[in-house]
Amino acid sequence: MIAAVVPTTTWYLVLAAVLFGIGTLGVMVRRNPLVMFMSIELMLNAVNLSFVALASRLGDINGQVVVFFVLVVAAAEVVVGLGIIVSIMRRRASVTADDLADLRG
Amino acid sequence: MALFVFVCSAAMILVGALGVVTRSNPVHAALSLVLTLFGVAVTFVALQAHFLAAVQVIVYAGAIVVLFLFVIMLLGVDRAENLRIEPLRVQRPLAFVVSTGVAAVVIAAIVRARDSLADPSRGLAPTGADAHDANVREIAREIFSSNTFAFELTSVLLLVAVVGTVLLARRQRSPGAGHPVRP
Repeated sequence: MIAAVVPTTTWYLVLAAVLFGIGTLGVMVRRNPLVMFMSIELMLNAVNLSFVALASRLGDINGQVVVFFVLVVAAAEVVVGLGIIVSIMRRRASVTADDLADLRG
Repeated sequence: MALFVFVCSAAMILVGALGVVTRSNPVHAALSLVLTLFGVAVTFVALQAHFLAAVQVIVYAGAIVVLFLFVIMLLGVDRAENLRIEPLRVQRPLAFVVSTGVAAVVIAAIVRARDSLADPSRGLAPTGADAHDANVREIAREIFSSNTFAFELTSVLLLVAVVGTVLLARRQRSPGAGHPVRP
């Protein structure tokens, strides 16, 4: 009886929404910039998940192509963000986002 | 079987995501992120997106998380952070409210749109022995026909990102000499 239940697209979309909410919480609660970056990755993954679910539901491959481009942009974003974090952390030892007022002119 | 796969991958995704948010040690958070990314890859396989599942494992779990771990260990910030200290007292309950609100609004929209998604005439993508590389073929045809310009632009983006990061993270040789002063 239970084995006959097949997960529908709605289930995947709800899962993606919950994952997005957890990522939002992480960005707002955590103060370590690295962990905030990881939470942004969680949100990106949630969006990717809903893209793939809808692409497979609608039979349209363009959703998966969009996810491919999102992956590329996410990789570039992580590289640049971690470079900025490394260059900031090199001149000050603290690891919380509260102290990062250095970008002021 | 499909239900079993869904439950397992959902458990991986949610446990990993909660681990990222709640673990105080950044290394543990990164490893929880690996768990989440693998769960998403399993979900991609269940949704017949085989190419994206492979890319997810290689790029995210293989490259991005390793980059995170490198930076964590390079900077020596792998000591645990005390999560009980919260300088802004309002921020944490407010963050709970906002994030549950965001998730609740999205879920409400999904539930409202459930009927339009529940059309049984169009199912998931076809499976079977004849379609073992159909996903890769379709994605390749789409990328290299109608999205060629965007694909070329991503190479420019990656090149610019790499050069910019090397410039950003370059160690200055001596104070005053290594850093060029812009006019």
